[in-house]
Amino acid sequence: MAKKKIEPHPMENILRMDRIPHIWCPACGIGTAVTSFASALEKLKVNLDEVCVVSGIGCTGRVAGYTKVDSFHTTHGRAIAYATGVKLGNPKMKVIVFSGDGDIIAIGGNHFMHAARRNIDITVICVNNFIYAMTGGQVAPTTPLTAYATTSPFGNIEPPYNIPRLAEACGAVYVARWTALHVRRLTNSIVEAIQKPGFSVVEVISPCAQYYSRINRLGDGLDMMRFYHDNAVIKHNEPTENLDIDYQKQIIMGKFIDREKPTYIERYNEWLSESKPKKK
Amino acid sequence: MKETRAKYWRKSLNLSEFKIPKGKIHILKDRCKGCGFCVEYCPNNVLELSEKFNAKGYHPPKIVNENDCVNCGLCEMVCPDFAIWCTLDKEVCLES
Repeated sequence: MAKKKIEPHPMENILRMDRIPHIWCPACGIGTAVTSFASALEKLKVNLDEVCVVSGIGCTGRVAGYTKVDSFHTTHGRAIAYATGVKLGNPKMKVIVFSGDGDIIAIGGNHFMHAARRNIDITVICVNNFIYAMTGGQVAPTTPLTAYATTSPFGNIEPPYNIPRLAEACGAVYVARWTALHVRRLTNSIVEAIQKPGFSVVEVISPCAQYYSRINRLGDGLDMMRFYHDNAVIKHNEPTENLDIDYQKQIIMGKFIDREKPTYIERYNEWLSESKPKKK
Repeated sequence: MKETRAKYWRKSLNLSEFKIPKGKIHILKDRCKGCGFCVEYCPNNVLELSEKFNAKGYHPPKIVNENDCVNCGLCEMVCPDFAIWCTLDKEVCLES
């Protein structure tokens, strides 16, 4: 029997198709976020040799293995630290940190804060699924109040992080938030964030069908997508203190911060070109 | 549906200048995990979950009205498993 010729997937030059099917659960939103990222790279028409994807550990940390560009799969929470090194070692590179909320905000929280403070020219795509999904559904610093998790069987009592507000307070120049359903807007936002010089953050709210919505009895991934469709509102330039996410309440999305600041490398070059007093 | 539309909207004089794209859908059935995102978010209801199982035991989507596909690419964007995509087949004049 003649083998049927299969047409190649349009993103074959960006994704490692030999490693796919990936390990993510059915109806997980990370795959959608990766598609948006790949089409953003296609839209930008960048040289793929000058793109580096850095990921930490976790479900979203697997992204580095599935993209056909230079990629780092780093230790837990240290994705931004590695990305800083890549950027300073080769400032021509477009460095993208693609990792989860447990990696960037919880364990790598300090790296996030200090990279934002120094305004290092990297793009952070933070997939927020409200839980530590790969290790079995433990409470994360982004789990909403009263939500159930494996380690909070009576409901979570710790107030969650508001990622856009944290990023703004630490000095990020571009902050946006979208859900995994709003793929076109997310793609445009990733394009803007990669083009923006400075520390830019895009938060992607993603359904976690096997842990977050199963433990909280919110249905499967499709039900979560329907929830985002009904309850997510676009409010550009909303003050970031209003962006807290409450359990199964309205989610405000949009582009919140877009400002200009000198990046670390600009400051460094300026310092290099200044005339300095000679050492005695 | 088409008759009611014609009743309320005047016919454009330069209708023959407009073309609508027709898409061709490609599905990798064995890569699909049956989440149903493409079926739910296809704006023209081209897809439907099939009764058959694939190699992994999920129900992949099947094409029910391929003529309605306009190559918008939303199924490709929303699919988390890179299992479905569409390509431009031809452009059809609105009048014909």
